[in-house]
Amino acid sequence: MLRFAIPVVVLLGLFALLGIGLRLDPREVPSPLIGKMAPAFDLPNLDGTARITPLDLQGRPVLVNFFASWCAGCQVEHPVLMKLAREYGVEIVGIDYKDTREAAEQWLARHGNPYRIIVADALGQAGLDWGVYGVPETFVLSADGRVVYKQIGPMTDAAWRDKIAPLLAQGSASR
Amino acid sequence: MIRLLRGVHVLSLWLLLAAAIVPTFVSAQPAAPTPTPPAPLAGEQQQRYDTMINQLRCLVCQNETIADSSAPLALDLRDQVHRQIADGRSDDEIRDYLTHRYGDFVLYKPRLAARTLALWIGPFALLAIALIAAVLFMRRSSARQPATPGVADAERIRRLLQEQEGSD
Amino acid sequence: MAEIGHYALILALAVAIAQGVLPVLGYWRGDQRLLGIGVSGAQTQFALVVLAYAALSLAFVDNDFSLTYVASNSHSQLPLIYRLSAVWGAHEGSLLMWLLMLTGWGFAVSLSSRRLPPDIAALVLATMGAISVGFLLFMLATSNPFERQFPVPAEGRDLNPLLQDPGLIIHPPMLYMGYVGFSVAFSFAIAALITGKLDLAWARWTRPWTTTAWLFLTMGITLGSWWAYNELGWGGWWFWDPVENASFMPWLVGTALIHSLAVTEKRGVLKSWTVLLAILAFALSLLGTFLVRSGVLVSVHAFATDPARGVFILAFLTIVLGAALLLYAWRAPRLVSDGAVQLVSREGLLLLNNVFLVAAAAAVLIGTLYPLVIDALGLGKISVGPPYFNAIFLPLMVPLAVLVGLSARIGWKRAKLGEALWSLRWVALTTLIAAVLLPYVLERSFAWLAIAGTALSVWLMIGALLDVTHRVRSRRDRWQGLRSIPAATWGMTLAHFGLGVWTLGVTYAGLFSVEKDVRLGPGQSAEIGAYTFTFQGTEHREGANYQSDLGTVFVERSGQPIATLNPEKRLYPSQRSVMTESAVDHNPRRDLYVALGEPIGDADWALRLYYKPFMRMVWFGGVLMFFGGILAASDRRYRLERSALKAPVTSAQTAAT
Repeated sequence: MLRFAIPVVVLLGLFALLGIGLRLDPREVPSPLIGKMAPAFDLPNLDGTARITPLDLQGRPVLVNFFASWCAGCQVEHPVLMKLAREYGVEIVGIDYKDTREAAEQWLARHGNPYRIIVADALGQAGLDWGVYGVPETFVLSADGRVVYKQIGPMTDAAWRDKIAPLLAQGSASR
Repeated sequence: MIRLLRGVHVLSLWLLLAAAIVPTFVSAQPAAPTPTPPAPLAGEQQQRYDTMINQLRCLVCQNETIADSSAPLALDLRDQVHRQIADGRSDDEIRDYLTHRYGDFVLYKPRLAARTLALWIGPFALLAIALIAAVLFMRRSSARQPATPGVADAERIRRLLQEQEGSD
Repeated sequence: MAEIGHYALILALAVAIAQGVLPVLGYWRGDQRLLGIGVSGAQTQFALVVLAYAALSLAFVDNDFSLTYVASNSHSQLPLIYRLSAVWGAHEGSLLMWLLMLTGWGFAVSLSSRRLPPDIAALVLATMGAISVGFLLFMLATSNPFERQFPVPAEGRDLNPLLQDPGLIIHPPMLYMGYVGFSVAFSFAIAALITGKLDLAWARWTRPWTTTAWLFLTMGITLGSWWAYNELGWGGWWFWDPVENASFMPWLVGTALIHSLAVTEKRGVLKSWTVLLAILAFALSLLGTFLVRSGVLVSVHAFATDPARGVFILAFLTIVLGAALLLYAWRAPRLVSDGAVQLVSREGLLLLNNVFLVAAAAAVLIGTLYPLVIDALGLGKISVGPPYFNAIFLPLMVPLAVLVGLSARIGWKRAKLGEALWSLRWVALTTLIAAVLLPYVLERSFAWLAIAGTALSVWLMIGALLDVTHRVRSRRDRWQGLRSIPAATWGMTLAHFGLGVWTLGVTYAGLFSVEKDVRLGPGQSAEIGAYTFTFQGTEHREGANYQSDLGTVFVERSGQPIATLNPEKRLYPSQRSVMTESAVDHNPRRDLYVALGEPIGDADWALRLYYKPFMRMVWFGGVLMFFGGILAASDRRYRLERSALKAPVTSAQTAAT
């Protein structure tokens, strides 16, 4: 007799699940790098005067922002990055993904340059190693060089305020 | 000549409208240097390549394999797989390389792990349960109402009726 | 005009509420007048929804871009036929089509309601009315296609280019006819639960409606697959995409249902199981609706999503299905079987059929929803794709295919397995020989998968013909034997044969397709087997609302010209998207498929070439199943008047003999 009630129970369970699913974003791919050391790279900076590796990013918390001159979303987030760099003194390292020096320099001249260091990832190999699947993406590194957060898509004020600023504050407090 | 449109970032900000497969952005990619084309693969290696690129998911056009997608990332990943097979890496090593960077999301064939046990075993477990339940049900139903051997006439009548109506 | 459409929907909601509530009240009180509201309600509702649909279509024809929906999905340059099809091209309009189909089916049921006892007709139509209420509320609250916008844009944003294809004209309507058609079976099931009665008459009424819905769904899925193959440029025809799965699951359960109904009609057993299947089939249809529109899963078919809509649909689903299954839990125990089910019997075989089909549907459901489960549990993000589904689905279906071949030799009530198998020995031998020979003759292969697939196909095809050949041979006058076969048996034969044809197509196209990605300049060629593809370059063309590069490829076989193919790459400026139109040369034996990739350099192009053996059989199989369904649903005995059904042999009597 009780077996006739099984379908209802299964249904309610399934729909509870779907209800939870409504709040999730199935397109978002979280990063498996969280908690791990930043992936290695050895690339020139934008004007070719030096070579940059993750060692150069250690010692203080850093934002690593993958961008490109051909990327529409990067234009959208740029004002936020400028504000973070100028007003809050956040150190942002830019990685110019699959781009050329001329195009990047022109773009930065036009929109402003929030980056302390700019790395040229012309072939996209660093992008691949960091699990970038579209630009812009921003990684938050702790002082000891670990990835603590990944912002998929443009940086927003809300993301800074709610997710990233607290992490940076934590990082500098415990170090 | 048609310029190819490249997709950028598939995000909630740029929701794909109904059924768009190729992301629709006008920002074209400038002439960034292209990596040197890898050496061609032979026989069994080519088969491994073909199988593998059909089992990896494109993270940009998330409904396609990297074999079918024309997104730049898909091209890059196909290239990586190609090079690594040519370099002698095993299938598992290549999959590990990709999942370390992109997570298990990139595999269309889920790896057998604790969290996918229900996925791989579930259907067969359900089938087994259902088969057992069906057989038990039939045993019980025939025990309760054994099919009484019919009177010869009644049997003939029934068969005639069956032929009339059509047994399906 | 659009406002008239809008008001028509509001009126339809009022009618639907009346139609959903009053007949049930009438049943409870035994009030004949209230019962009758079911019929008039259904007919009025249909008229109102037709009016609304016509209003929307007119807006498309007239390029009325003040309607947000029209502006988002149409363009003044869009050819008329696509403007009319664009009505169902996106979320709001497709909901209106859902509603049109739902009220259409309700109208059809109301027309034949005189053959039903008044209380059954009333309960069925009331249920359908209740479902309408949900859809109308959803539309009016969150998805109104008649919304106006100011300022009015000068031009629309055009229909998604992927949809500007003959496939759009026919695939969604067919699919929706099927999906929505299961609401009739669902409603009959609810009626059976409420009245507590499920007898031969009930089965006789329900079967043709269910079979009809099933055949439309079969055709809808077949067309979808065919369309994807031609449209998407990858040579694939089934991707286990969540929305494809969402149409396949109701099909699997629907197939189980039509077979279960056969058992219930014939022997009066498996009653509560049949009712459950009817509820399940429609539940899966509704679930499909949810999945496409809620953004819960990533899919190529997904409409633009909105969490608010997702919540609404989920709530609606929970209410409708929760109520149905609660009713089931409460009333199903009343439905008592009229007999026993032996394992070795036609009923037993069909029950096993059901087990495998439902297990397959469950497998597809598990695979489709699993990424969501893992994410919801905070265990990360995984993907479940074609490699998984193929690995799981095919093993589940193989035993079923073997059983289908047996079915002709296993009789009702009780059969002897040994005898049946022995009687099939020549069939088995033929199958074995064909299975070993054909892959070699056709594709020079002894691969065991090819042998297995061929064996199943041949087994199914021969097995399907056994019933007919037996009847013909059992009469002295062969011609009379042929004519005595009822439509339902022809239907079954055709459908099972179609399944064999489909299996053949899947086996060969799956195992022996050859794909080549090449880079060719004008005059250069590539080869697949004995076929040579010579690229002739491309030329620029202007279409109605697109620009294209039209390629030309000559195909030859061992020096003999076979075909000239024209693959195309189109740019639709209004939506700024690029589309591949592949070119296919097909005959029953093989498809030759060419798609343009990317241009390389000045005149070279990347091309994708395919050789796909027996690809057409995949869809031909579906078409055969479609016609099989038509024959089965048209059987004479379903058209008997109500009075004639009072006299015949009841299931209780047959069980006693």
